[in-house]
Amino acid sequence: MRALTWHGKHDVRVDTVDDPEIVNPRDCIIKVTSTAICGSDLHLYDGYIPTMQAGDILGHEFMGEVVETGPKSTLKKGQRVVVPFTIACGSCYHCGKHQYSACDNGLPADNQDIAQSLYGQPMSGLFGYSHMTGGYAGGQAEYVRVPFSDVGPIVIPDGIDDDKVLFLSDILPTGWQAAEFAQIEPGDTVAVWGCGPVGLFAVQSAFLMGAERVIAIDHFPHRLELAKKFGAETINFEESATYEALMEMTGGIGPDACIDSVGLEAHGFFVDNVLDQIKKSTFLGTDRPHSIRQAILACRKGGRVSMPAVYGGFVDKFPLGAFMEKGLTLKTGQTHVQHYLPGLLNAIVEGKIDTTFLISHRLPLEQAPQGYKMFHDNQNEVTKVVLKPGMTPDAAIAAE
Amino acid sequence: MNHATLDDAPAATAKTGRGATDAASRLIDAQGDQIVARSVTINRPASELYAYFRDFAKLPTFMDNVERIDVIDTTRSHWVVKAPAGRTVEWDARITEERDGELIAWTSEDGADVPNSGRIEFKAAGARGTVVTATILYDPPGGVVGKVIAKLFQREPAIQARRDLRRFKQLMETGEIATAARTRAAHEEEIA
Repeated sequence: MRALTWHGKHDVRVDTVDDPEIVNPRDCIIKVTSTAICGSDLHLYDGYIPTMQAGDILGHEFMGEVVETGPKSTLKKGQRVVVPFTIACGSCYHCGKHQYSACDNGLPADNQDIAQSLYGQPMSGLFGYSHMTGGYAGGQAEYVRVPFSDVGPIVIPDGIDDDKVLFLSDILPTGWQAAEFAQIEPGDTVAVWGCGPVGLFAVQSAFLMGAERVIAIDHFPHRLELAKKFGAETINFEESATYEALMEMTGGIGPDACIDSVGLEAHGFFVDNVLDQIKKSTFLGTDRPHSIRQAILACRKGGRVSMPAVYGGFVDKFPLGAFMEKGLTLKTGQTHVQHYLPGLLNAIVEGKIDTTFLISHRLPLEQAPQGYKMFHDNQNEVTKVVLKPGMTPDAAIAAE
Repeated sequence: MNHATLDDAPAATAKTGRGATDAASRLIDAQGDQIVARSVTINRPASELYAYFRDFAKLPTFMDNVERIDVIDTTRSHWVVKAPAGRTVEWDARITEERDGELIAWTSEDGADVPNSGRIEFKAAGARGTVVTATILYDPPGGVVGKVIAKLFQREPAIQARRDLRRFKQLMETGEIATAARTRAAHEEEIA
């Protein structure tokens, strides 16, 4: 089959590799119909994520058609499914509590050592995201082997376009969970740092959960414009001072809840020895811890901070004093995708949530390397690239 | 386990050498002075875990470095274990203590390549299932040098025990052992 493979910094290629097969009884194989490039894939592209190996297949946002099933899979050939980016078993203690991203069994035993020494306990596996998260082949390919297919993938009813449901795989539930973690009460003002896909979905979700006002913070004009379309007020942090603006906009109180979704696309696990390298970069560089510091400072007394943004290593100068003195609550974590899928699919089917606005580009899988370059070079206009393995290059030109 | 200090931590986590001594005192026919002890909580009843474990021939399913176990009779078995550089080490093991659904203790018999003894305990943990604790005492092959070599080959017993228990947990909780292998051939190679 053809697949997008990683070979090093700014070097991704579409290669011919072995087709995946059923290995374990609960597996299924899906034929990918749509797969997106995630902001966090850019960290792999930029070479910041350790434990990558040449030839690794990338991609953790994907959906497709079931073409083969293991004896313990509950799926049927021909069903269309969206696959969660977190690989969780469904039968351990954490899965029982719907804490799927904390699954005990998603990672192969040997791959659990690094996470255990770094975080104390290993987390779930992830598709296409380095060997620290399991070394599973990703979804930017024609076919994918999906473990635990009886609990992960959600079946999509006929007649609903891929574009409408693809983001159930990661960024929609991540934005929703971020808003849920902000414990929004009716009448609340919610501030959202970062208007990438998750930030924008968090804006939408916050309103659906009863927020009266949402204030979105970014510096890309196009992304702020999208936030405005959902009814958010905006702060361009290049033009205005964020803390001062938030205080004035809330009558000196501060937002009731703050969501830090800067760099949240980074599902990556940075180890401290690459932090310096990251800090040197301009892309999500030294700003990253800055947003959480600002959120804690701006948040009203007794308020809530939700942090879908991924921090994998250590952060300097965490404002522990402000956090304690003001009695804030901080809630964070990788997304428990499987928990949110049925409800969010329903919201899409009923037309309450529309995520298609995000897609700026559709390309055939063969043009994935160009997709990475485009996304990397122009984050203002390129909000989301969706790869379609079945699309011919001619159709791609026509679509533009 | 009567110590002057107020310390309820398991003996195997002691900063001094008392762990091995303590473990040995709880074993019949203790062998070995290096200790490995690991606990894992498995979301299944103790009886089920015990039953699977008691069938020694099945253990290589999740014990990565055990090539084969031949059951000789109700208490004795022959172990063939992978060693660095493609070699194997072998021994006969004898069950020294056994309580249905609770514990199995063993010791290697005379002439073992790696003299060892230990116990595996199954303790009910309410809604969380069962806490499984493996305590293994062993004499490293070739003394310290052997242990260093074993470490280089990732067959260091402490790492191996932790990974084996994780695989046991995966098998019992999910019915399979997690793998990222994309093809059956790659998987065969991985578990070989």
